[in-house]
Amino acid sequence: MADPMKIRATVQGDVADVRVLMAHPMETGQRSQGGKKVPLHFIQSITAQLNGKQVFSADISQAISRNPVFAFKVKGAKAGDKISVTWKDNKGESRTDETTVR
Amino acid sequence: MLQTRRSVLKAGGALGLLALAGTALLKPGRALAARNASAFEAKSAVDAMKALGMTNAEDSKDIAIRAPDIAENGAVVPIDVTSNIAGTTSISVFIEKNPFPYTGTFDFAEGSVPFVHLRAKMGETSPVRVVVAANGKFYTAVKEVKVTIGGCGG
Repeated sequence: MADPMKIRATVQGDVADVRVLMAHPMETGQRSQGGKKVPLHFIQSITAQLNGKQVFSADISQAISRNPVFAFKVKGAKAGDKISVTWKDNKGESRTDETTVR
Repeated sequence: MLQTRRSVLKAGGALGLLALAGTALLKPGRALAARNASAFEAKSAVDAMKALGMTNAEDSKDIAIRAPDIAENGAVVPIDVTSNIAGTTSISVFIEKNPFPYTGTFDFAEGSVPFVHLRAKMGETSPVRVVVAANGKFYTAVKEVKVTIGGCGG
């Protein structure tokens, strides 16, 4: 299993600021190591849900930095709400983590 | 050779992470809207935008791109995009001089604010183009980011 994500969601007014740090090598397929190309290995899609309802999603390329950080904002979130984030990579690995809005 | 030296330096960091990644159980995620492979494989921003159907994008002053004027480390370039266009449904980012310019599309369902922060790799100094989809139309803005050390390949 990949390492857990670090998710922080804080409310300011009625908008929650969500920051996510994912542990992933995000290999571009351009780098070589010992004369051999390191194969592509990167997160392809991300989704985020507020209390089980999808609010944010993304399709991304290998140009996103290693150990990706994303931030987005969710309207109408209150303290105690649940934010869950899922990523999926090009090798079919995936991970979901959840946090409580503070 | 410079290339080899850089690879070795980077390999150290990446190895540890690869080991951690291991194998994960496949969970049923969202039913993926088909990933637009031809856009991701396009070698120019224009081709990628064509593959995504983003033609006739209008220049707009209502898109704010916050990125460094000079990025010291091309491997991690922080980019903030805010769209002030009403009805924004998605933000797409293209780094025009990267080997594959299309960096990603961020979709906002009802209930999220059209803002995203990401960190991208940039191979060299390049314009960063943002395309916003709103009300069935496309709007675009560009910001040039200078890179002193590239972050793609090595």
